[in-house]
Amino acid sequence: MAKITFVEHDGKEHSFEVENGLSVMEGAVKNMVPGIDADCGGACACATCMVYIEPEWAAKLPAVDSQEETMLSFSDHATSESRLACQIKVSAAVEGLRVKMPKSQH
Amino acid sequence: MEDIVIVGAGHAAGQAVASLRADGFTGPIRLIGDEPYLPYQRPPLSKKFLSGELDVERVYFKPPAFYEQAQVDVRLGLSVTGIDRAGHRLLTDKGEAIPYGKLILATGSRVRRLSIPGSDLVGIHYLRSIHDVEAMRAEFRPGARLVVVGGGYIGLEVAAVAAKLGLSVTVIEAADRVLARVTAPVISAFYQRVHGEEGVQIRTGLGVAGFTGVSRVEGVEVAGGEVIPADVVVVGVGILANVELAVEAGLRVEDGIVVDEFCRTDDPDILAIGDCTRHPNGIYGRTLRLESVHNALEQAKTASATLTGSLKAYVQVPWFWSDQFDLKLQIAGLSQGHDTIVVRGNPEEGRSFAVFYLKGGVLIAVDAVNRPMEFLTARQLIATHAEIAPARLADETINMKQIAG
Ligand SMILES: Cc1cc2nc3c(=O)[nH]c(=O)nc-3n(C[C@H](O)[C@H](O)[C@H](O)COP(=O)(O)OP(=O)(O)OC[C@H]3O[C@@H](n4cnc5c(N)ncnc54)[C@H](O)[C@@H]3O)c2cc1C
Ligand code: FES
Repeated sequence: MAKITFVEHDGKEHSFEVENGLSVMEGAVKNMVPGIDADCGGACACATCMVYIEPEWAAKLPAVDSQEETMLSFSDHATSESRLACQIKVSAAVEGLRVKMPKSQH
Repeated sequence: MEDIVIVGAGHAAGQAVASLRADGFTGPIRLIGDEPYLPYQRPPLSKKFLSGELDVERVYFKPPAFYEQAQVDVRLGLSVTGIDRAGHRLLTDKGEAIPYGKLILATGSRVRRLSIPGSDLVGIHYLRSIHDVEAMRAEFRPGARLVVVGGGYIGLEVAAVAAKLGLSVTVIEAADRVLARVTAPVISAFYQRVHGEEGVQIRTGLGVAGFTGVSRVEGVEVAGGEVIPADVVVVGVGILANVELAVEAGLRVEDGIVVDEFCRTDDPDILAIGDCTRHPNGIYGRTLRLESVHNALEQAKTASATLTGSLKAYVQVPWFWSDQFDLKLQIAGLSQGHDTIVVRGNPEEGRSFAVFYLKGGVLIAVDAVNRPMEFLTARQLIATHAEIAPARLADETINMKQIAG
């Protein structure tokens, strides 16, 4: 389990304990956090689960692979802080992670 | 406010509920599905759910609490048997009559079943539902001989998972190559090579004549009389749209329930979305019937907009994906009618390349294997009817982002 905080575009926060092994995207969907669409269900094929990770966290997460990097480079609202939430696995290592959602995934 | 009833509780229906509430619809929503499950995602059924990496909860489209929060009256295990359009009500297999104000048909599609000698033997499976996977997986023991009938995406995905689970897998395809209906020969040859490298035997140009066995299947008999021994069989030979309700209700149906770009049928109170529809596509200038998550989701959003009073025409480049082994295939557009094929990268070696399809110089589709850049760029270019010189597409020294020149 790890506590993850999802911050909506307007600043509204939602915190949940998410089970190990799920992705951050699944944690959001399961807890009905608005702002993450996840059209492909985690196949790293749609880029509609984009979130922003604060810089101090970025280095602690597993590296972005080339599939994810390319998908991100086409996402309308992506910045250098963006990740695809379906590619971040939950474990004790992400305890306390904060992710921000874009205004829209499209 | 008029109530909305959705028939069929699949991917499209789940998104319709989410969109209706997000678009501000506050009236009653009733969701009727004949499967015992809340809307779930089918793509994992031939991928990570079949392999056992995901459990049932993880394939649900939304958690059970979502439907409570959205105040949806969910009726599962209930089949709608008729639409009484004049009376604005649905008839069900339990003898109930359920009134509707507006109706959304989201009945999806079902597998085409073989009806040949032995086709009802135990151990012959089809793949459409959670239930199907559970039955099949119980028989996927390491060392078992699996014969997959049909070399389409789903058949090949099942073959890939089964090979990884340690089964001995043979795929039989009637056409002279796998994926013949949907892709260029170069893609078929590539998938045949990789499956071979991963230990799957693919045999093409071989029609199935019947199945042998007493109560349980023991073999697959192919044209010419040869019997391929089998402990388990999975058949994937295409799907049929669930249009019967619409046909009986007198709605227009042409291999798919005919809808306009706002998902409206020819009855103003009935809409249809997802796999069951035949809908216009502005980009290709013709009507389509698609079997894809993207189409199910986008039509659900379109229908919701229509019902909440803001017409937004459906204009989408179709896209689809397929995961086999370490191959992520992403497909955008429709290749039918192409006159030119351009290959970028080398499909004969390694596992990363893309194939572009052009018609009259205009890019109409891409099949990209482990090439997300090609996929995403092409998806945008297809939407704008971009004309691109084939030589540029093939030239890997030109960055995809600059490819349009
Ligand atoms: C194994 C498999 C793998 C796939 N992989 C991919 C993929 O990788 N990418 C992709 O984009 N797409 C994939 N697809 C296709 C995708 O899953 C479908 O396009 C999508 O499910 C369509 O959603 P839908 O809601 O229109 O229909 P469905 O999901 O078929 O849902 C329709 C529901 O309505 C029910 N129903 C029908 N008639 C009635 C009635 N009269 N009364 C009550 N209920 C009724 C059905 O039982 C069903 O539960 C795959 C499909 C399968 C089967
Ligand atoms: S859910 Fe589609 S890329 Fe993450």
